Amino acid sequence: MKQIFVRPERCMGCKSCEIGCAVQHSKDKTLYSAVLQSPAPMKRLFVEAGENIRMPIICRHCEDAPCLNACISGCLYRDEKGFVRRRKERCIGCWTCIMVCPFGVITRDREKHIAVKCDRCHKLEVPACVNACPTHALVMVDVDEMSKEKRHMVILTESKAISHQ
Amino acid sequence: MEKSTDSATLSAIKEAEKTGIKTVWDRYAAQIPQCGFGETGLCCRNCMQGPCRIDPFGEGPQMGVCGANADIMVARGISRAVAAGTASHGGHAKHMAHTLFKSAIGEAPDYPIRDEAKLKAVANRIGVKVDNRDVRAIAIDVAKKALEEFSEKESPLTWAATTMTKGRIDTFLKYNVVPTGIDSVVAESMHRTTYGVDADPVNLLLGAVKCALADYAGCHIATDIADILFGTPHPTLTRANLGVLNKDAVNIAVHGHNPLLSDIVVQVAGEKDMIDRAKTAGASEGINIVGVCCTGNEVMMRHKIPLATSSVSQETVILTGALDAMVVDYQCIMPALSNIAECYHTKMITTMPIAKIPKAVHIEFSEANAKESARRIISTAIEAFKKRDPNKINIPDISSAAFAGFSTEAIIGALSLVNKEDSLKPLIDNIVAGNIYGVCLFAGCNTVKVTQDANYTAMIKELVKNNVLILATGCASGAFARHGFMTPEATEKYAGNGLKAVLKAVGQAAGLGGPLPLVLHMGSCVDNSRAVDVTVAVANKLGVDLNMLPVVASAPEPVTEKAVAIGTWAVASGLPTHLGVVPPVLGSKTVTQVLTSTVKELFGGYFIVEPDPVKAAEALLSVIAERRRGLGLSA
Ligand code: SF4
Ligand code: SF4
Ligand code: SF4
Repeated sequence: MKQIFVRPERCMGCKSCEIGCAVQHSKDKTLYSAVLQSPAPMKRLFVEAGENIRMPIICRHCEDAPCLNACISGCLYRDEKGFVRRRKERCIGCWTCIMVCPFGVITRDREKHIAVKCDRCHKLEVPACVNACPTHALVMVDVDEMSKEKRHMVILTESKAISHQ
Repeated sequence: MEKSTDSATLSAIKEAEKTGIKTVWDRYAAQIPQCGFGETGLCCRNCMQGPCRIDPFGEGPQMGVCGANADIMVARGISRAVAAGTASHGGHAKHMAHTLFKSAIGEAPDYPIRDEAKLKAVANRIGVKVDNRDVRAIAIDVAKKALEEFSEKESPLTWAATTMTKGRIDTFLKYNVVPTGIDSVVAESMHRTTYGVDADPVNLLLGAVKCALADYAGCHIATDIADILFGTPHPTLTRANLGVLNKDAVNIAVHGHNPLLSDIVVQVAGEKDMIDRAKTAGASEGINIVGVCCTGNEVMMRHKIPLATSSVSQETVILTGALDAMVVDYQCIMPALSNIAECYHTKMITTMPIAKIPKAVHIEFSEANAKESARRIISTAIEAFKKRDPNKINIPDISSAAFAGFSTEAIIGALSLVNKEDSLKPLIDNIVAGNIYGVCLFAGCNTVKVTQDANYTAMIKELVKNNVLILATGCASGAFARHGFMTPEATEKYAGNGLKAVLKAVGQAAGLGGPLPLVLHMGSCVDNSRAVDVTVAVANKLGVDLNMLPVVASAPEPVTEKAVAIGTWAVASGLPTHLGVVPPVLGSKTVTQVLTSTVKELFGGYFIVEPDPVKAAEALLSVIAERRRGLGLSA
C-alpha cells in the first residue's frame, strides 16, 4: 500500500506543496486562475515549523481512522482505494472530526460550513503536493517496502559498527 | 509542450539529446515545479528579516514581517525589475557616450565618427550648436550632454524631452514622472523599494514609470550614438538561422548587445592578414562572423552579417560543432554557454570587465585598444578552428533570407520617394484610408516558457491579414527573420490586400523591384527608440498625441528585466502593450488592476496579458479598432 511519506530533512519550507494542493482543489486547476478565484480554494496540508525543523503535516488516511469512527452524520467514509473521504452534502459542521484527528489536518470551510480534508487527490496518479515538491521532501512510498528498507539500514549500521570495533 | 517551431533549433536540440548535452530546455524541466510565490510576485527578500511570503489563498500570512502586504511586495518587485532594466540599457548607453567622447578627443582611434549627418541631426535636436563648428567639437558637446544625462540634473532628461510629443511631456509632468537622471532614478528606485520606504503601491508604480522613462532615454542615446559611430542603418539583404554557419570558414559568433565590440570584430575580420591566417589554418573560405541576439541585429543592419539564432536558442550555435569562438559582451548571455563550449573545441571569449564567466577566456576590450583586442579574439578563434572535431560538425542546412535595417531615416527616406514634399503623407493617407489598419511593434525575447517563436508566427499572420503594419526589434526581429517573414515573398503570401498594396508601392518607389518585406526590421532592443521616433513624427504631423494613434506593441515571448522596462515605457507612451507571458504580479489584485486597466486613464497605454497568440491578436485588433473610431476613421 502506497502512502505519502515526508522526509523533513529535505523540506525547504517553500510551501509549494500547499500551493499545489490548493490549486488542485480549485475550479480551473491552474495557479493563475486559482489566485483570482473567490472564495479562494483551500489547501489540505500544512507546512509547520519548529526549532531546526520544517515539514508538511498531512492526513495519514489512518487505517483505524479516528475521524471516520467519530463522524456521526456518515459524511466521512473510506473509498474503494482505502482513502478517507467526504460525502460533502452530509457534513453538518459539528467539528467532531477536527476534535479527534491526532494531526490537526482537518479544517473548516468558512463559506460552506463543512469540514475540509485531504482526498489523496484520488483522481491523480501522483498527489498534487508530492508533484509540487521541488526537493522531494514528499514522496510516495510503499509502506511494506519502507519497513524492509529500514531493517536493512539497521543491519548496515550494525555491521559497520562491528567491523570498526 | 514543443520546445521550438524553428526546425534548425529542433535539429540542434536533437543533436544535444543524442550526445547527452543539457540545454536551457532541460534546465527548465529540472526547475519544474517553479515556486508559486515567485510566479505571483508574493515573496520578498529585501531585508534580512525575510524572506517573507504571502499566502495567496488567504489562510496564511497576509503581511511580511515589516507589514508589507501583497500589493507592496508586488509593486516593489516590478519597480526593481524596471530599475534593473534601466541600469542595463543605461550602462550600454553610457558606454557608448564615453566612447563618443574619447573618439572626439582623439583617444579612441578605432572609433571614428562615421555619420556626420546623424551627429548634426542629434546635435540640432538636443540644442548643441552645429553651424560653422568642427565635427569633433560638436561630438564633444553631444557626448558631454549624453554623459550629463546619467547623474541628477536640475532639468528633465534631454533625450526624453526632445523626442516625445508635447502631449506626452505634459502628461508626464502632470503625474510627476519626469526623470532628471538615468543612474539617479535607478538609485531612487532602489531607495524607495528598500526596507521601509515607499509603501503605497500606486506611488511605487508611478516611480517605476519614471524609471522606465529614463530607460527610454537610455535606449535613445544608445541608438543615436551607435548611428553616429557606425552609421545609420539602411535596408540590406542577409540571411538568418543556423545554416549561416560555414563549415569551411572560421566561424565566430558575436553575442550580446553593444556594437562597440561586434562592429570592430566585423571590421577586423575583413583585414587581409586575418583572412590569410584563417586560410593558412585550413579554412578555405576565410572568416565568417555570425550574430546572436541584439548585437547580431546591430551588425546585421550595418554589415549584412547573418544572424545565427536568437536568445533562447543561443546554445544551439555551439551545438553545430562548427563554432570556433563565441565572443560576448553583456546581457542575455547564458552562463551555461561556457559549459557547453567545453564539450566542443569552441572558445568562449568574454570581453567586458563587468561580465566574466568561469571557464571562458577573458580578452578585455577597451576603447583605446579595440582593434588590437579584436585581432587577439580572431586569432584565438583561428587557433580553436584547428582543433575542430569533424565528427561533431552538424550544421542544419536551414536559413531564410531577411531584409534588415529599417531605421527611421531609412523608412522616411523610402516614403519620400513616394512623396518628395511630404514624406509622411503616404503613410498617414494609407492609415486614414484603412490600407494600413494600424501598426504593431513586436519587441522582446524568446522564452523557454513558450514554444520558441510560436506566439510570434501565430500573431503576425492574424495581424497582417488585417492589414496591420509590422515593426520589429530585438529577438522579435530574430524570430521573424528566421521564419522568413522579412521578405517580399512573405508580403505577397500573408499581407491583406490594403497592406500589400502599400508595401508594393513603397518598395517599387524605393527601387526594390518588389514589395517591402512584411516586417520592417528596426534593429536591436535599444532601437525600440526608432519605432517611437516614427510614431512621434506621425502623431505630430496629425496633431494628436500617441495615446490616440492606432499603434500597439507586443512582447509575446518576454524574458528580461529590460523587457519589463521597455514594456512600462511603451505603456506610459500611450501604447496598449501585449505580454504573452504572465509577469509576476497576479499576487496583487491592486497592481494587476492598475497595470491592465487603471493606468489607461493616466497614460492611455496599458498591459494586455494574453498567453494565447490568436486571442492576443484579436485583442490588439480590437484596440486598434477602438483607436481608429476615436480618430473618426473607419474601423
Ligand atoms: S514543497 Fe516540499 S520543500 Fe516546499 S514546503 Fe512543501 S514539503 Fe517542504
Ligand atoms: S483526518 Fe486525521 S484521523 Fe482522519 S484519517 Fe486523516 S489523519 Fe486519521
Ligand atoms: S522587507 Fe518586509 S516583507 Fe520584505 S523581507 Fe523584509 S520584513 Fe519581509
